[in-house]
Amino acid sequence: MKLLVAVKRVIDFNVKPRVKMDGSGVDLANVKMSMNPFDEIAVEEAIRLKEKGVATEIVAVSIGPAKAQETLRTALAMGADRAILVQTDEEVEPLAVAKVLAKIAEEEQPGMIILGKQAIDDDNNATGQMLAALLGWPQGTFASKIEVSDTATVTREVDGGLETVKLNLPAVVTTDLRLNEPRYASLPNIMKAKSKPLATKSPGDYGVDVARRLETIKVTEPAKRQAGIKVGSVDELVERLHGLGIAK
Amino acid sequence: MSVLVLVEHDGGQIKDATLATVTAASKLGEVHVLVAGGNEAVTQAASNIAGVARVYAASGPPLDHQLAEAVAPVVAKLMEGRDAFLAPATTTGKNIAPRVAALLDVMQVSDILSVEGPDTFTRPIYAGNAIATVKSNDPKKVITVRTTAFEKASAEGGSASVEQVDAGSDSGGSSFVSLEASESERPELTSAKVIVSGGRAFGSSEQFHSLLDPLADKLGAAVGASRAAVDAGYAPNDYQVGQTGKIVAPQVYIAIGISGAIQHLAGMKDSKTIVAINKDEEAPIFQVADIGLVGDLFKIVPELTEKL
Repeated sequence: MKLLVAVKRVIDFNVKPRVKMDGSGVDLANVKMSMNPFDEIAVEEAIRLKEKGVATEIVAVSIGPAKAQETLRTALAMGADRAILVQTDEEVEPLAVAKVLAKIAEEEQPGMIILGKQAIDDDNNATGQMLAALLGWPQGTFASKIEVSDTATVTREVDGGLETVKLNLPAVVTTDLRLNEPRYASLPNIMKAKSKPLATKSPGDYGVDVARRLETIKVTEPAKRQAGIKVGSVDELVERLHGLGIAK
Repeated sequence: MSVLVLVEHDGGQIKDATLATVTAASKLGEVHVLVAGGNEAVTQAASNIAGVARVYAASGPPLDHQLAEAVAPVVAKLMEGRDAFLAPATTTGKNIAPRVAALLDVMQVSDILSVEGPDTFTRPIYAGNAIATVKSNDPKKVITVRTTAFEKASAEGGSASVEQVDAGSDSGGSSFVSLEASESERPELTSAKVIVSGGRAFGSSEQFHSLLDPLADKLGAAVGASRAAVDAGYAPNDYQVGQTGKIVAPQVYIAIGISGAIQHLAGMKDSKTIVAINKDEEAPIFQVADIGLVGDLFKIVPELTEKL
């Protein structure tokens, strides 16, 4: 079975995002960029499925600027077999990403598509579900465990605990943090990744209009909380808590 | 303008997240709600919510577990002639709403914090480090609602009419296997009035539970954890408070041995009062705490539990 994994180039999760003075967005100039952490988990899961003999080929896809090639090379260095960059300088929303991925899925006919549950920049948590809807496939979102036979059994992290669903294949799965711990690419594999095939396409090649549906009016910093007081002892803390009306 | 809200329920009761979503929806138009896969009691409770004008009830085998593949087409059908669909930004809502959005060819507005106008909303991006004001140019809106950002509508006072709608017969290739519910005598994190939350400083799972559980019991509080504590294995993942875990806003949030990473703050900074206990007086948590106590949690927590 072929697997498709989608990866996004985003601000590194260790970097504190700064809002631009003019309120037009978050400043990404000279900021370290990396693969979206949830997508790293998706790539890792695909590789594990290949190592188990369930998957035969892993195709990594990214939709983004020319530099998203680096993100795809990371996926290739981790163990993906080939990559497709759908290059655009537009900021592409989840709906348009899902439309491009749906077209690629029609061409590639994967048995499963694995994506991160959300990107840590726009925090939409939507692409996987939209992709599943467009393809008419079942979806296993927020996965903490995936078992594949002739169906996929996916354990999902839900508010009340863990829900397990069985999905007919092909299916879309989105990853949660618990699913696995992604490997680091070894130096030889990083070198090898440079010669793995990477095709460059454009959204137009897939006939997808990536024009934004949401207009960003402004981006601001969140309201700051003021630091309060420090108390000197547990007795004083107890008094304050009683003052708040708790544990009386 | 009429808007449709997805009722979040567990098969017997309506979840509070629904009430906050109704409040958000009422800023956009007349509120109609959909109960998918609920029973008589849920439908009745939905019609009692103040401000709800109509209840649609769809039940049948494909909807029994509110799986997105079956619920989304029912919603999409009801959206003919309606202007907006809102679901709480819970795991259920987040699973279903984008699927609806794609069926309607709409870009979802995720996790809104406020309604600024009929098509304009604010929402957190970059783990809450920035707030974006966005205007949707889609003819219909599909929205998920950060429920801690809206007051809950009253669960009583409404008397909406109820209409049965077709549940469809297609499960969309997905079937429910099991639900392993987190068992706890304590209140749920997302609806608790008081939360005590622990970080990596507890050092082990045993110490995490032996110190925090008695304090939580004394306060009638829910227990939460930072991602660091969860990653270290001290607490299960459904305890996790933060951008990648649960978003909470209790009356009182007591953070113990939690330094206050951005990712954690994003999940609790809307709490009414934040109390921090940490041995490092420079810890970022103190910059957001209303009441801070610097000291060793291994001494402070037992003493606090005893004196409360």
